[in-house]
Amino acid sequence: MYEYDMQKLLIKNGIVVDPLTKTEVKRDVYIEDGIIKDMPPKQKIGGVKTLDAENSIVFPGLIDMHVHLREPGYEYKETIKSGMEAAVAGGFTSICCMPNTNPVNDSKVVGSFLLDKSKSLNLINLFPIGAISKGLQGTSLANIGELKESGAVALSDDGNPVEDGALMGRALLYARTFDLPVISHSEDSKLRGKGVINEGAISERLGVVGIPSIAEEIGVARDVMLAGYYGANVHIAHVSTSGSVDIIKKAKQSGINVTCETCPHYFSLTENALLNYNADAKMNPPLRTEKDVEAIIKALYDGAIDAIASDHAPHSKDEKDATLDAAPFGIIGLQTSLPLTLRLFYGKKISLMQVAELMSFNPAKILKLGRRGSLQNGYIADITLVDIKKEWKFTENSIKSLSKNSPFIGEKFKGIATAVIVDGRLIEAN
Amino acid sequence: MSFNKKDLISIKDLSASDINYFIETAKEFKKISLKDIKKVPTLRGKTVVNIFYEPSTRTRSSFEIAQKRMSADSLSIAVSQSSVTKGESLKDTILNLEAMKPDAFVLRHSESGAAHFVSKWTKASVINAGDGINEHPTQCLLDIMTVIEEKKDVGSLKVAIIGDIYHSRVARSDIYGFSKLGADVYLYAPHSLLPRLIELKNVKIARNMEEAVKDADVIIMLRIQKERASYYFIPSIEEYRNFFQLTPELLSTASKRVMVLHPGPVNRDVEIAGSIINGGKTCIFKQVENGVAIRMACLYILLSYKK
Repeated sequence: MYEYDMQKLLIKNGIVVDPLTKTEVKRDVYIEDGIIKDMPPKQKIGGVKTLDAENSIVFPGLIDMHVHLREPGYEYKETIKSGMEAAVAGGFTSICCMPNTNPVNDSKVVGSFLLDKSKSLNLINLFPIGAISKGLQGTSLANIGELKESGAVALSDDGNPVEDGALMGRALLYARTFDLPVISHSEDSKLRGKGVINEGAISERLGVVGIPSIAEEIGVARDVMLAGYYGANVHIAHVSTSGSVDIIKKAKQSGINVTCETCPHYFSLTENALLNYNADAKMNPPLRTEKDVEAIIKALYDGAIDAIASDHAPHSKDEKDATLDAAPFGIIGLQTSLPLTLRLFYGKKISLMQVAELMSFNPAKILKLGRRGSLQNGYIADITLVDIKKEWKFTENSIKSLSKNSPFIGEKFKGIATAVIVDGRLIEAN
Repeated sequence: MSFNKKDLISIKDLSASDINYFIETAKEFKKISLKDIKKVPTLRGKTVVNIFYEPSTRTRSSFEIAQKRMSADSLSIAVSQSSVTKGESLKDTILNLEAMKPDAFVLRHSESGAAHFVSKWTKASVINAGDGINEHPTQCLLDIMTVIEEKKDVGSLKVAIIGDIYHSRVARSDIYGFSKLGADVYLYAPHSLLPRLIELKNVKIARNMEEAVKDADVIIMLRIQKERASYYFIPSIEEYRNFFQLTPELLSTASKRVMVLHPGPVNRDVEIAGSIINGGKTCIFKQVENGVAIRMACLYILLSYKK
């Protein structure tokens, strides 16, 4: 991986997909001092480096709004650096990291650590997500104003739901004071109980405790109702069931300010992936049924789901080499997120425009990440270049993450990010 | 002018001219407190019972002094040494005291609606000295009086009320009182402590501290209780101090002749910088002084009401 430092950059002949103007045309993109600008008159261009993007798709920089970096505290699973390198290989120019580190990101100290580290790495943008509750304990509010001041772009107790409805309701209100979005891991944890995979025919066949789909749906219903009642916003993380999609769709129709994301595994795999007790396919929410996968794909198409996020959750080989009961929840996803999404494009389920909306424009809007998510004049020059025709195989060796817990190892894909541009800086991706 | 109600339970029961009548009357009674002999025979032969179910410094002593200066016979029931500790209900307490033929009750209670409840069981006048999170009408009247003494026309003022509005009986009374007189009332607090469903003309929710304070003619700061963090209303007192305190810098953006009020007790350097109080930039003690006059006026007006 190497970088160029450039003041002026011209990306030539790419197919530029811009969600703001809803245009998908072959054109050039001109960048000056890290900002996308209208093309100046020919004679005035001097000292411009040119990047040939013939046969490439030029997307606004992809944003993964749901990533678990394990630093501080669990550097053997992932560091900020290794996570960012995986993100670059996956075509991301921005990632948002969840606060369930050790210590938890519920204070200025941790928030500043993350941003300082990110700055010193000088790779891609890191936007920390702060905790809703102190220490993720679900018993008192974290110092949310302080978190905002130390750079948090959103709040979440992701990994666990905020069980106490009063705490969640007041968190939505208090966070609104600071204009911070709240991302909810919506779940009734008592209903999840000791479940490890989706409750259904497969959990019966395998003889393991199941997680009922209603554990998620009851949580989603509560949180959209809280948002509706209090007139606040809520973003639902990792939607995995058809029922959750229905609840969110109805909530949106009734005017509730709810947005949501799903993850590539929920539209790519079903609970069948667990038939051989493969712990690399164990995550929470769990892989669901064919019917759920269809509903998720339909919702990506019709707009009920706003964003695709990886929920990248690295765990070491030793941790995942275990029984379904013992292995931790979570799979890595930074490098497979875009390729799996492109499968939907090739399957004629969604358009490239929708890819750009789901993976860049909408996350930028939901998290208010400033002038990101578009390639129009004046936007920050965060750009992802994708060779959508390139056929390749996802191997363990190609994984940049310190953890290798992916059920997609060995799979063939069509389409890969070739380079990302962050603040006008070109970084080779693959 | 006259006032033809038995009780003073809620500011909502008063018209704008009622409010002015109470304040004009209080201005007259204020003179008594400035005399060498601070006593008039106005309420001679009248019996007033003060029942404070909650601790109070200002309100209780203010009512007691008002009663003494007007020559009423008054007694204050120490709730902690009364049969309330044996489990006697509020209704029975009032019915028994009622049998002793008092002319007025002054009641402070932790439950909203307590004064309203008591008024149903007595022929005596009831003055609400604070009921739960509901209302504190005499505090509102003394706040308005303090403002009117310096600013002639309340209707043209921007009044900012900042702090734990949701749990504040002072805020609830002040919001109704000041808006009834036509002031533009701006409310600000963490959204978890704002009333969300208030529907009053002239009342706005400010977007931030800066908007609330900017060019304000009157700023009413409210106390935040530590316990609010336990019920998730705020994260901590430290964070409250950092984001919701009236600081000298903020205050400098208010109107040049801004009046800063606080009903007390104050948490210095939590909701308001101690230096603002130390620098004599608040009206806190003027409020307390006017409190006696307002309570004299309330007793006088209610006890002159012919049942």
